[in-house]
Amino acid sequence: MTATSAASGTTDTVAVRRAIASTPRPPRPGRLATALTFGWRGILKIKHVPEQLLDVTLTPVMFVLMFTYLFGGAIAGSTGAYLQYVLPGILVMSVLFTTVYSGVTLNTDLTKGVVDRFRSLPVWRPAPLLGALLGDSVRYVIAGTVILVLGFVLGWRPDGGLPGALAALGLVVVFSFGLSWVFTVMGLLLRAPNAVLNAGFTVLFPLTFLSNVFVDPATLPGPLRAFVEVNPISVLVTATRSLVDGAPDGTAVAVSLAVAAALAAVFLPITTRLYRSR
Amino acid sequence: MPRELAIEATGLVKAFGATRAVDGVDLAVPAGAVYGVLGPNGAGKTTTIRMLATLLRPDAGSACVLGHDVVGEADAVRGAISLTGQLASVDEELTGRENLVLIARLLGLGRAAARARADELLEAFGISGAAGRLVKNYSGGMRRRLDIAASLVVTPPLLFLDEPTTGLDPRSRTQVWEIARALVAEGTTILLCTQYLEEADQLADGLVVIDRGRVIAEGTPGQLRSSAGSGSLHVRLIDPEQRPEAARGLEQAVGPVVLEPDGAALSAACEDAARAAAGVAELARAGVALADFSLGRPSLDEVFLALTGHLAADAAPVPEEQPS
Ligand SMILES: Nc1ncnc2c1ncn2[C@@H]1O[C@H](COP(=O)(O)OP(=O)(O)O)[C@@H](O)[C@H]1O
Ligand SMILES: [Mg+2]
Repeated sequence: MTATSAASGTTDTVAVRRAIASTPRPPRPGRLATALTFGWRGILKIKHVPEQLLDVTLTPVMFVLMFTYLFGGAIAGSTGAYLQYVLPGILVMSVLFTTVYSGVTLNTDLTKGVVDRFRSLPVWRPAPLLGALLGDSVRYVIAGTVILVLGFVLGWRPDGGLPGALAALGLVVVFSFGLSWVFTVMGLLLRAPNAVLNAGFTVLFPLTFLSNVFVDPATLPGPLRAFVEVNPISVLVTATRSLVDGAPDGTAVAVSLAVAAALAAVFLPITTRLYRSR
Repeated sequence: MPRELAIEATGLVKAFGATRAVDGVDLAVPAGAVYGVLGPNGAGKTTTIRMLATLLRPDAGSACVLGHDVVGEADAVRGAISLTGQLASVDEELTGRENLVLIARLLGLGRAAARARADELLEAFGISGAAGRLVKNYSGGMRRRLDIAASLVVTPPLLFLDEPTTGLDPRSRTQVWEIARALVAEGTTILLCTQYLEEADQLADGLVVIDRGRVIAEGTPGQLRSSAGSGSLHVRLIDPEQRPEAARGLEQAVGPVVLEPDGAALSAACEDAARAAAGVAELARAGVALADFSLGRPSLDEVFLALTGHLAADAAPVPEEQPS
């Protein structure tokens, strides 16, 4: 230890005066640079609190194992065949579950004073929100990659090969980017991080289970089947499967992207408005 | 040079539902000094600061900060101020160094310059030993210093400090005061919100006292104290049951008595030691057992009582006192 002042945890008045004396204000950074800096903050949080990642990947991993080995034989005749069917669906599910955490993180920020500091800085106003979602996208990629790798280890072999799998991951991440604005609105409206988590899953759970993630809708009774077929998550899963299979379903991909764009178009302005007036 | 005003506010109002948190506040804060906003919990200090720092839009009234309107020219105001909020305005899930680098990057410093600036501040504020630790593991004093350092990445012409020493131990408190003094010596104006008359006394050149959203007094710390008398005898009893007896005794020997919120304590305005001694002697004669007594300057409670006719604690809704 050389720095005695640091070791004893005291301030050094001379050093303080020197440190605060000469700081010319640099020119303001651009909008993109500012958003990227906030994105960096999001990535640092993933690094420091990896438990959050565990939360959102463990459940899907459990689903993969449980459905494949417990029900796979009964649903699809063999575990191998079922894995082939269910894995793209679970990829969608696991990444979509991660989007809830965008709202949870934002809400956590708001209960602390740090947002007050961001809002008192001379920076582009939507930058903290955009940056946070950029950081979150990294989380989506990680969650998706975990599922793809696990599938591969268990014997899943996509017909579309690596390019197909990556295209599928890309589509799911883009969709999640649109969807997460729904949860940032919840994050700004609800009182506590846990309330956001509960509300988020209350929306996502039924939507995910009443989709074609686990079963082929052809096997379902009429009214249920009708719902499953219009559920946007089913469309996204269909698009993802088609990319993984190396036979892209243009309509499903386009509809998925349109839904993501529509969600962002509605919920992004609401988010920025709410954030500004908090 | 005439005394320029760093902040000029007229008739600021902010209501939350039925609560008028700020109810017509005027402020004239001279540049280049510490200006205090003194008031009990819930008086409206934080809400006032949040309006001046462009975080809340006033319901009525207007304010100019360093010549810029807080509503119409909010961005220009943000370019000239820093805020150290009442809640820690640092990110607990990042390290101390990361917090400072983040702010530096957001203000436009390059990667290397940001790191160098962070290290310089960490060193000066005595946090370099913990620079790589997550802030959630910091002590209260370290967190406060980091919070202030984050406000000084680019030295601002105007700094808002909201209760910077509430909850800190005496040593950390002194360190924060030293930093504030150094800042003023370098030309920064500080608006300081505090619940402690002592803190205003130590730092502020001028101050306002606010209560229930309104300014009830304005002046120097000395002037405020003298409005409550220049000195005060504080007495703490071993047995709170004896307080009525003690109050009678002190009333006779010294003068008007204030019953402090702490049920075993009371005090009386008292200028000189001889009178105080007489008061203590009177209590001894009456058989009142004392835990301790002191002759000191009036407390914020006494100043409040003198200014408002009610105790500071009354400002917040509290249950009725039980009959004794
Ligand atoms: N966001 C808010 N919503 C509702 N009431 C609030 C809010 N912020 C402050 N208040 C109320 O306004 C009053 C003043 O609060 P505040 O400005 O925090 O006082 P101080 O900082 O002096 O303790 C209090 O009664 C508080 O409960
Ligand atoms: Mg406050």
